[in-house]
Amino acid sequence: MTYLADVAALTRKDLRVELRARDTLPAMLLFVLSTLVVFHFALPEGARDDAAYGLLWVAIVFTALLGLARAWVPEQEHGVLDGLVLAPSDRSAIWLGKTLATLAFLLATQIVALPAFVLFFAPLGATALAGVVLADIGICAVGSLMAAMAAAARSREVLLPLLVLPLAIPLIVGGVGAAISPEGERYLLLLVLYDGVFAVLSWASFEYVVTE
Amino acid sequence: MIRARDLEKRYGRRRVLGGVDIIVPARGFAMVTGPNGSGKTTLMRMLAGLAAPTRGVLEVDVDRAQLGYLAHESLVYRELTALENLDLYGRLYRVPERRERIGMLLERFGLWDVRSDRVSTYSRGMIQRLALCRALLHDPELILLDEPYSALDEEGAELLDRELETLAGSRTLIVATHDPQRLARLATTRIALA
Repeated sequence: MTYLADVAALTRKDLRVELRARDTLPAMLLFVLSTLVVFHFALPEGARDDAAYGLLWVAIVFTALLGLARAWVPEQEHGVLDGLVLAPSDRSAIWLGKTLATLAFLLATQIVALPAFVLFFAPLGATALAGVVLADIGICAVGSLMAAMAAAARSREVLLPLLVLPLAIPLIVGGVGAAISPEGERYLLLLVLYDGVFAVLSWASFEYVVTE
Repeated sequence: MIRARDLEKRYGRRRVLGGVDIIVPARGFAMVTGPNGSGKTTLMRMLAGLAAPTRGVLEVDVDRAQLGYLAHESLVYRELTALENLDLYGRLYRVPERRERIGMLLERFGLWDVRSDRVSTYSRGMIQRLALCRALLHDPELILLDEPYSALDEEGAELLDRELETLAGSRTLIVATHDPQRLARLATTRIALA
């Protein structure tokens, strides 16, 4: 219970900071919408829906990267991460709180982006939507850990995509597969498996990322 | 009790601290002095457990929950208010009667009237006072203060003097300072870094 209370306090703090600073969410929203608009004009007339689903995933992954790049900025400024690391609470709670907050931002952008996708490109079925949500969970779980690793580096803007994109490939495969395959449920299973394995790995290894 | 023997810290090839031996008894008051770049902050970070020594032995017989650390930076969120920052840390440190303790510290450090203002609107001195509140919030056994007088005005410095006088003898204190005269009468141990 105490662990969950710590996670809740840390997530609430992230949402509050973003609500006031408005650094991340507006940028993510503008990015995903402008990307979809560009794709709308870039995709040739009569292109198959499958191509559009692929582009949706490009937009989702890069929007998530944008959010992840900003995820640890409040902690980097003024050494706040040191303060959190010194607290006696389980350090993985810091990661989980950050993951949940980033997930909330990503889902918030998709509340706008997915209807825009339907408007511009193609319909999204229940399986495709489930694929988006599951892939969001995976990318935020892995991405929060990678973003914490990259945050310590001087070239963090370059490092983060290099760390996250290879790990996001199974999520893109699962997400696109859930949208276009007649056996979409199998891809959902892949995403559930990915989320489970990588969430546990990220949860367990966070402590080693933030301590020397 | 804090004991360090032949403590060394390197970042790559650069040695930032070397050959440091320390013994600070429980409830002792150690003053760390030295010129800029002598490794005071590195030593404080190692004592806090935020940096690992490259060589040597370091024993700090205090649990993380009982450690209060005032760093060079404030360790508080600029977009949150003083109350929100202390409430977050109070929760993470499981401070009993959290609200009363926070209120008492904010009152004592002269921040009560601005408790609901965002830290981004504070002056450097007010942020330092808030950082002190944060470090002392959970009434720690071991208190590490890195340049605590930095940015404080005379009133704030006197306030801190009184706080340290109260804490000396009942807590273990290690204070890195550029103003050794100020703490000379309280210090039981001096650690001079070259």
